[in-house]
Amino acid sequence: MSFLAKSPWILHYDGSSCNGCDIEVLACLTPLYDIERFGIVNTGNPKHADVFLITGSVNEQNIPIVKMLYEQMPDPKVVVAVGICATSGGIFQECYNVKGGIDKVIPVDVYVPGCAARPEAIIDGVVQGLGVLEKKYAALKNKPSKTAA
Amino acid sequence: MDTKILLEQLLWGGGYLLLAPLAGGLLAGFDRIITARMQSRKGPPLLQPFYDVGKLFQKRGTVVNGFQNLYIICFLVFVMLTGAIFFSGGDLLLTIFALTVAGVFLALGAYSTNSPYSTIGAERELLQMMAYEPMLLITAIGIYLAAGSFQVCDIATISEPLIYYLPAVFIGFLFILTIKFRKSPFDLSSSHHGHQEIVKGISTEFSGRTLGLFEIAHWYENILLLGFVYLFFAAFGPVVAVLCTMAAYIVEIFIDNAYARLTWRFTVKASWIFAATFGVVNILVIAFLK
Amino acid sequence: MKTLLFLLLFPLVPAVLSSLIGHQKIGGWIVRISSLVIALASFYCAWLFIGKGLTLFSLESPWIEKGVFAAEMLVALFLLYKCREIRKHEWWIPVLIVVQTGITIFCEFGFTVLHVEHALYIDSFSVIMALIIGIIGTLICVYSVQYMKDYHHHHPEMNDRRRSFFFVMFLFLSAMFGVVFANNLVWLFLCWEVTTLCSFVMIAYPKTEEATRNAFRALGLNLLGGLAFVIAIFYLVSQGKDGHATLELDQLLAGGKALALVPAVLISFAGITKSAQMPFSSWLLGAMVAPTPVSALLHSSTMVKAGVFIIVKFAPVLAGTFAGHMVALVGGVTFLMTSLLAVTQSNAKRVLAYSTIANLGLVVACAGIGTYETIWAAILLIIFHAVSKALLFLGVGTIEHKIGSRDIEDMGGLIVARPGLAMVMLIGILGMFLAPFGMLISKWATLQAFINVNPPVLALLLAFGSAPTLFFWAKWMGKIVSVPQNAVKAADRASCDEWTALGLLALLTVAACGLFPLVAVAAIEPYTLSLFSQSVNLTGGNIIIMMIMLGFMALLPLGFALYPKKLIRVPSYLAGANVNGSLTYKGAMGVEREVGLRNYYLSGFLSEKKLTTVSIIATLVIIFAMFAALFAPCA
Repeated sequence: MSFLAKSPWILHYDGSSCNGCDIEVLACLTPLYDIERFGIVNTGNPKHADVFLITGSVNEQNIPIVKMLYEQMPDPKVVVAVGICATSGGIFQECYNVKGGIDKVIPVDVYVPGCAARPEAIIDGVVQGLGVLEKKYAALKNKPSKTAA
Repeated sequence: MDTKILLEQLLWGGGYLLLAPLAGGLLAGFDRIITARMQSRKGPPLLQPFYDVGKLFQKRGTVVNGFQNLYIICFLVFVMLTGAIFFSGGDLLLTIFALTVAGVFLALGAYSTNSPYSTIGAERELLQMMAYEPMLLITAIGIYLAAGSFQVCDIATISEPLIYYLPAVFIGFLFILTIKFRKSPFDLSSSHHGHQEIVKGISTEFSGRTLGLFEIAHWYENILLLGFVYLFFAAFGPVVAVLCTMAAYIVEIFIDNAYARLTWRFTVKASWIFAATFGVVNILVIAFLK
Repeated sequence: MKTLLFLLLFPLVPAVLSSLIGHQKIGGWIVRISSLVIALASFYCAWLFIGKGLTLFSLESPWIEKGVFAAEMLVALFLLYKCREIRKHEWWIPVLIVVQTGITIFCEFGFTVLHVEHALYIDSFSVIMALIIGIIGTLICVYSVQYMKDYHHHHPEMNDRRRSFFFVMFLFLSAMFGVVFANNLVWLFLCWEVTTLCSFVMIAYPKTEEATRNAFRALGLNLLGGLAFVIAIFYLVSQGKDGHATLELDQLLAGGKALALVPAVLISFAGITKSAQMPFSSWLLGAMVAPTPVSALLHSSTMVKAGVFIIVKFAPVLAGTFAGHMVALVGGVTFLMTSLLAVTQSNAKRVLAYSTIANLGLVVACAGIGTYETIWAAILLIIFHAVSKALLFLGVGTIEHKIGSRDIEDMGGLIVARPGLAMVMLIGILGMFLAPFGMLISKWATLQAFINVNPPVLALLLAFGSAPTLFFWAKWMGKIVSVPQNAVKAADRASCDEWTALGLLALLTVAACGLFPLVAVAAIEPYTLSLFSQSVNLTGGNIIIMMIMLGFMALLPLGFALYPKKLIRVPSYLAGANVNGSLTYKGAMGVEREVGLRNYYLSGFLSEKKLTTVSIIATLVIIFAMFAALFAPCA
């Protein structure tokens, strides 16, 4: 039995977002949507997080940062790209500084479209991410590589 | 030594070691639900802290260096030892000193990672310890003057409630409890909220199983601290005393939600002023009356 | 008695030999061999006399009396000679010497001689002190052999006066044995002044302007104490035989308050100056410019212990009196203030100095109260502090030579670069403040003793004072255990001499903690029993718990060795902006910045100047009250 689905902690990172999707993510924490009901906690520390919630697209400046944050997250982990900018670059896709969606840098597991993505969609996306998380955990259990801390 | 007494002590101590994580986890869950209700939210299930720790144990934790996790294991071991000493009726002063050892190990673990957030967290942790230590020792001194002994088994069985003799000391003790429970406005080194201005403070660089142990150690510690509060009301009988203890805890939750985090300067100053006024005056009054 | 005389006189042999023989290797071996001899003699002395009550020895000879007087004059003349180098504002120092010598001469010739029957004595407390001097003192001498070699290597501009260095070190050991074995107050006073002289010479060793000025300040403040001491002797001598006055320590202590209170207060004042209590703390801080073995020997383990030793000796006389309470208050206020002051220091030796003064303050507070509990706690404090502090000072000395700095901020990563030294420092620091280590036990006993004093002012001072000690020790430990990414093990090692001393002292610290019930029963209890017919009983349960804790702590290094090495390593969290692992990050404007970490020294929060001023004023008032009480009809 995996506890991962019962207690997914998220790391919320803003790539180059206009903050529209970020506000919607934070709205999920408010009493109206209250994602803490599902055990979701917004931790600002990759080492404590299971779900990497990214908004906004990837540009030259944040490529190494996104990679570093992803590396510092312990396994098993999922990446949820929130908003169309994180999926593909959105309306800024053709800008000179925008490289594209998050999947240009790190593997993405769930795409949540929208501009801005609605809280219900974000929650739905995270819940689908939990399913992926469970699968990854099952795979991880079967191949013990390094000793965990 | 009387074997009956020894058995009783072992029973209490062992009971603490086995049951305190359960009680502490439920307490943490209860805390989160009450907090959520105060914020017009619904809150997580009651067993959420157990799910959290379970999840942490299922993660492949990472480290910055090879030593850091050992300190957390020591922290846990010493907190367990401290609680066992307290609940088996041992010496109150030894309990306080053993708790200090545990706190120092925690700070050392954060220091060893050599990371900015951890180091600031560790500095603040030590400042917090410096802030509450006088009041904690004054509480012990006050309890000794009122109850005549440092042994917890004697203190818990006195006939007159300690709260009658030590009202001001109790208020001072509640003040520093806010610091020890890591609640606003004094949750400087590692808040139990999602995150804070120094990310997660002392626990920033810990992950996976070690972080789970850190959580469990806090459960042990919280039960120990509630035990301290219980001592003040012990003479009213177990039911009333437990109710009063829970009431004190709810007051702490309320303070947590009502205040924002303050600076370490304020924490140290305020704690020492509280200790110097409430604590010292109460002590001198009792000493005078005796 | 032969053992006592041996301990008193033998150290003079290596002193003279070291001063004559210039050859380094032979000189080194003289130090090592004579240190071993002195240590063995101390053990033998302990084995003979431990657990027994007070044993008195008579040693009468007019030649010795004349010799002691001549020696006192020699000391005074030497100091006056040295006073050629004073500045204008230090005029009071030669004045003090002259006044002191004048009173000494007057005592010697102006009154009928008070017959001293037993000039030497030994009891359990003296045995403990003799062991401290004989073992810790000699270990420090062995350490100095290599240390001084490195010292002069690092300071080529200084004159190599190692011969006089070792001469003074061994002379000092001899004088210290005199302080703890002398029953004749005049002999005690001579040894007391010799220790002042040794301290003065040693602090001035670097011969820099700063060192010389600090040496003179130390001399002056210690002479103040000496003046008080000589006035006490004058008081006793002037009363003559009819007033039942006596120059014998044991008779004085047995004589009770009517006879002994005035000399007790005066000699306690001398003890206060010698142990650098407030308001006289500045000399000890200034003394940190001396080479580290000097700081370890004189200014933490031994000479300053002589100051508290004499106050503890007079504790039965001070007990229950207003003057005694004032002495205790001086100690308590000093403890609180210097603990706060230590938080603001990043110079390792200054931290150690302030912490020494703080611990001595606790001992003085215990002695001023004078109940059996407090004396028990005081002796325990003395033992543990002597061992731990010596270890820490020697550790800092070696670290300073290896990394080139005595600033705590430069000791980061020591646990990887120099694991042995780091372990030694950690043992020393843990020994200073953490359960189940010794100082904690002593503090515990002290708190329990203070609580029974009404009003519990001292207990409150202890409660407030022990909080900052936690802060500055843990902060230092944190710096030592931090593991920077690029830390590598250093190639060179400390020398054999230094490791002998460091290793043995570390073992002693741990052993003293583990065996403290034995120590208490064997050495401290007989002393308190002889004075009060009562002693402190430690509950068995607590001892067991502390042994368990000690056991866990001892397993810790094992845990470090065995812990799984295959771990998933990631850099530390720098908001994802890591550039070179945990070392650098991308800062504002795209600039690569290095991660720099510093401890908090609370400089904006605690002002060294303000705290010192407040405590000097407070303690001056208390000391004034202490002396004023002597003139009151009922003290």
